[in-house]
Amino acid sequence: MTTGNGTRQAQHTVVAIVEDKPGVLQRVAGLFRRRGFNIESLAVGPTEVEGLSRMTIIVDGASAPVEQVEKQLYKLIDVVKVSDLTHEDAITRELALLKVRCNNVNRHELLDIAGVFRADVVDMATNSLTLQVVGDEDKINGLITMCQPYGVRELSRTGTIAMTRGAKTTTVHESEPEAIARVHQSQGRRVESKELPFSSD
Amino acid sequence: MVRMTGSQILLECLQREGVSTLFGYPGGVVLPLYDTLPQFPAIQHVLTRHEQGAAHMADGYARASGEVGVCLATSGPGATNLVTGIATSFLDSTPVVAITGNVARTLLGKDGFQEADITGITQPITKHNYLVMRAEDIAMTVREAFHIARTGRPGPVHIDIPKDVFQEETEFDWPTEINLRGYRPTTKGHSGMIRRAAEAINKAERPIIISGHGIIWGDASNELLELAQKAQIPVITTFLGIGGFPETNSLSYGWLGMHGMYHANMAADEADVVVGIGMRFDDRAMGRFKDFNPTATIIHIDIDPAEIGKNLPTAIPVVGDVKRVLPDLREHLDQRDRSDWLAWIDKVEEEHPSLEIRETRRLIPQEIIRTLYEETNGTATLVTGVGQHQMWAGQHYFYDNPRKLVSSGGLGTMGFELPAAIGAQMGTPHSEIWAICGDAGFQMTMQELAVCVDERLPLKIAIMNNGYLGMVRQWQELFYDENFVSVAVTQPDFCKLADAYGVRALRVETKAEVLPAIQEARNYDGPILIDFHVDQDENVWPMVPAGAALSETIEMPEKELAR
Repeated sequence: MTTGNGTRQAQHTVVAIVEDKPGVLQRVAGLFRRRGFNIESLAVGPTEVEGLSRMTIIVDGASAPVEQVEKQLYKLIDVVKVSDLTHEDAITRELALLKVRCNNVNRHELLDIAGVFRADVVDMATNSLTLQVVGDEDKINGLITMCQPYGVRELSRTGTIAMTRGAKTTTVHESEPEAIARVHQSQGRRVESKELPFSSD
Repeated sequence: MVRMTGSQILLECLQREGVSTLFGYPGGVVLPLYDTLPQFPAIQHVLTRHEQGAAHMADGYARASGEVGVCLATSGPGATNLVTGIATSFLDSTPVVAITGNVARTLLGKDGFQEADITGITQPITKHNYLVMRAEDIAMTVREAFHIARTGRPGPVHIDIPKDVFQEETEFDWPTEINLRGYRPTTKGHSGMIRRAAEAINKAERPIIISGHGIIWGDASNELLELAQKAQIPVITTFLGIGGFPETNSLSYGWLGMHGMYHANMAADEADVVVGIGMRFDDRAMGRFKDFNPTATIIHIDIDPAEIGKNLPTAIPVVGDVKRVLPDLREHLDQRDRSDWLAWIDKVEEEHPSLEIRETRRLIPQEIIRTLYEETNGTATLVTGVGQHQMWAGQHYFYDNPRKLVSSGGLGTMGFELPAAIGAQMGTPHSEIWAICGDAGFQMTMQELAVCVDERLPLKIAIMNNGYLGMVRQWQELFYDENFVSVAVTQPDFCKLADAYGVRALRVETKAEVLPAIQEARNYDGPILIDFHVDQDENVWPMVPAGAALSETIEMPEKELAR
């Protein structure tokens, strides 16, 4: 069973905007360990604002009330903003690399499967090929399942990242949305009716 | 701008933050800092005998004075010895800044001599911590650390500085502004929530206020008193909240919890609206959570939003500074007569007195504490350790003012008493400070007697000597079939020990000696220790057994009453 944004029902998608300082990851990870909140997935990267990082944390909701997770995160001095995207209309994405066993006979089948999942072939050898796939958790799980009969030799997948659809953001600074919208319009992207930025999935 | 070394900048900043006393212990990597200390004569350094003592002294200093306490230690073992004290401050939300040295930057992470990853260690027991890698960052770090320690829900902040950062020279620039975008405590309560809280209280027949440590740190005793008097709401406190509401006021009904007063526990259980103010619904105070007064509407006022709903479901949360929230709330409260409800509690108290001291042949600690109360007219500050003596000091002395009871509540740190009392005495030099010690806890930190002598403190040290880990013995008696294991404590002759340190000492073995000993201690201008030999078998009552509900409070059994 999945929610609107592709995470399982017991899961919560929490986005924390944090100071880009040494030790911040440990503070967050330590907090989750100490309070007994289980992390299903964690992705960290820079934001559009210099000095701030964005952590997307998928929390096992059965292990903790998500409200406590949010409040405890807020107590960390280096955490600037916390958003719960669980019930938001949000885009969630993971990236996975799969090295799948294959030979001259079944390579075409695999390429067909990759096509269905819109996975890219990023490397190929005589007895294997490496696929790169982007999507929500279910889509990646689906590709893995389809590849398993051929032999998945290696799997590497990122944590989930998430972003709300529509004009709403989870950033700290609302940096001139109209200006950004103009830029995107000039690049020929579709802009949804009244919403300024851009739902182009 | 002036060029200064990291050490000079650190001390200059401490001075600007108002620090006059540093509790510390030197060692290899902090030598540059100690080398600089004489250049700052306004900062007094108190040499402790163990770093744990330094951390507790800073904590006691903070609790008694309301100012930030500061302790200092070297790297590795010096730093790890602070840990118990820092955790004590953390659990009780007291403002302490702990400063440690670390190995030089080039050696960090190389397992150099006396290196410990101390910021890794203190991270879960501090409100925030810092590893300062450049001398130019020291000033801002100190400003932020003091700001974080003393504002919002207070707490300990740890600053770790590598040796060569102390030595590095840089321009000194005192930061005028602090910009912590991730730290903005809410101070003003949500007006809608305050109105909802007021409506619930106005409608309530049997409201009760449970006030906590936050009233003391929020400096809101007067605001609480005015609110309670206007709406005629009875007030009980948590153990750490003792003194936040005058205990001799007619609306005061003592404190609740595991060893709280019977009538306080019953009132909390009987109330139709429970207003928790500056407290965190801790398990020792509330008993079994799921059976804490299931029908009451719970209103929770606290500055820390994470405490709301953490342990108990809250109907009406108000996040804010009690100093601002309480006057706002009071405005919306009706003046009401609640004499029926007050009479109900009075009757429970009359039928189940928790604080009566029975006639006994042997000397019991309750009597000593009560005599001390009467002799000092409630003006002294009591600093306790953890265990039976702590509970008796909470029960049988009556506190009308905040900061008069200093005790480790959350972490329950034995050995806190003597060093915390030293800190309290140094933070409030004109107060009469009594360290109320257990004979076991005293042995954990008794080396700090030397500091009392060094600093010529007029500290009074009273050991409730029952030769046991009394609280543990009590639990073994009541819940482990009297299977007494490792609870009888052999001890030195405390009077000889005190004498060896140059501390005056008295031994008290009979009831008749109690008052004269207390009087002698009060008249003595220097450190004095009284070794009270008390009954070994005395238990603390009332008691809510671990895991029981407040409604299941047990009073002193008949056989003990008769003893």
